[in-house]
Amino acid sequence: MRQSSIMDIISPIMVGPSSSHTAGAVRLGLLAKNMYNGIPNSVTFRLYNSYAKTGKGHGTDKGLLAGFLGLSVDDVRIRNIFDLDISKEFEYRFEFVEDFNRHPNAVDIIIKGVPGITISGDSIGAGEVVINKIDDFTVNINGKYNTLLIVYKDIPGMISNVTSKISVNIASLYCDRYAKGEDASMCIALDGELEEDVINSIKDLPSIYIVRYIKKLGS
Amino acid sequence: MEKNLNINTFEELYSVCEKYEKTIYEISQEREAELAELKIPEIRIAVKQSLDAMKEAIQNGLKSDEMSVSGMCGDDCIRLQKSFDIKHAIFGKLYEKILTYALATSEENLRMGKIVACPTAGSCAIVPSVLVAVSESLGIPEKEQIDALITAGEVGRIISNKVQLAGAVAGCQAECGVASAMSAAALTQMRGGSVKQILNAVALAMKNLLGLSCDPVCGLVEIPCVKRNPFLAIHAVTASEMALAGIESKIPLDEVIDAMEQTGKLMSPMLKESSQAGLAKTKTAISLEEKVFNNN
Repeated sequence: MRQSSIMDIISPIMVGPSSSHTAGAVRLGLLAKNMYNGIPNSVTFRLYNSYAKTGKGHGTDKGLLAGFLGLSVDDVRIRNIFDLDISKEFEYRFEFVEDFNRHPNAVDIIIKGVPGITISGDSIGAGEVVINKIDDFTVNINGKYNTLLIVYKDIPGMISNVTSKISVNIASLYCDRYAKGEDASMCIALDGELEEDVINSIKDLPSIYIVRYIKKLGS
Repeated sequence: MEKNLNINTFEELYSVCEKYEKTIYEISQEREAELAELKIPEIRIAVKQSLDAMKEAIQNGLKSDEMSVSGMCGDDCIRLQKSFDIKHAIFGKLYEKILTYALATSEENLRMGKIVACPTAGSCAIVPSVLVAVSESLGIPEKEQIDALITAGEVGRIISNKVQLAGAVAGCQAECGVASAMSAAALTQMRGGSVKQILNAVALAMKNLLGLSCDPVCGLVEIPCVKRNPFLAIHAVTASEMALAGIESKIPLDEVIDAMEQTGKLMSPMLKESSQAGLAKTKTAISLEEKVFNNN
């Protein structure tokens, strides 16, 4: 059994009213921001199912935008986020759709800009979240670990080329690809911090297209 | 010899407490420190942050009558305070404090104020209202308030090993029900109860909330959640008083939690945070739903 902690029970300190629909939304927005790492032209937040139906009443829309703007779950500015200057940096809109093939609390964050990407995730309860898709790649990023996301060409030796650069302990490693020899993605969850020069040395490896270091979220 | 602090049940917790002649919070903070590779004072600082945020939420909530986005709730705490100013509650000042602090926190939550999920956002007012109101009334120092909050956290943690604390999984018994049981533990700790009395208080509180459904109107954390918090705060006091008198739960706590897990599984998904039945599908709820969703 994974050893639980009392801090799972008597925290987080958060803006209400719902851990899954408010705090979870902020965390999904934050992870998307950390992944995108730039100022977009526009962002569409597509909310599914329960997120679509009760999202406005729970401030899910505000939470997603606030997270994407870098606010943390306990920031009281979340409730007035639409009125703040920081929310005027780019265009954003919300869509509300039903699709029961998706999780009840699913969201697509569709970012237009250079580059443009779509980030999909679910709020899976008690404020915990998972990003499970970036464009067409399946990924697995939950914000509990510093995570290195790499898009690369699927050729032999790539995983060992990357991991040999990393000296901190790897908590989990998740790979996916379009097809053999084509574009592939790798999510490496780490127990510690990566130094800037390590990240740069991975960027310099042959057949690596994108490297993003996604910092873990606070509680 | 190193202590084995791999504690997953209340029976294990009880025997570790007995063996080392320590109370629940002492074992819990030691275990947390070891797990997180931190020192006990660092654990207590994190707990104090939660405690301080609880107090801040109460103070903010007491002052506001701003309604939620849906417009359904938000002004009852002010209503209650005004009423108590004119006519005192039958059970006296402490009772007034618990009720108003609970409503203040619940309403602060629904208007997107800052609260502490304890264990969840919908049940965030139960532990703070009991803990803070009693501490103020009895003049309990901060150190002992932190002890009590750690005790509550340990109780919630052990329950969560068996039952996921989410209305969608096990109904409101797993949210407000667990919060009430945690409050009973905190209160019994604050009043000098033994480990046995604390665990009995938890069992008594939990036993009497089995099967509580989660059927929120419009799917929002408002009706019945907001007013349920003060009800279950008082419920915790009843459990603690009985346990402090030496009254025992005939069904041991771990078995009560087993019953809770089974009850949660047997409850229809329609009564577990899906708003498909119960209060959520009453005639009035349906008309509220039309109003709320059309306004948005």
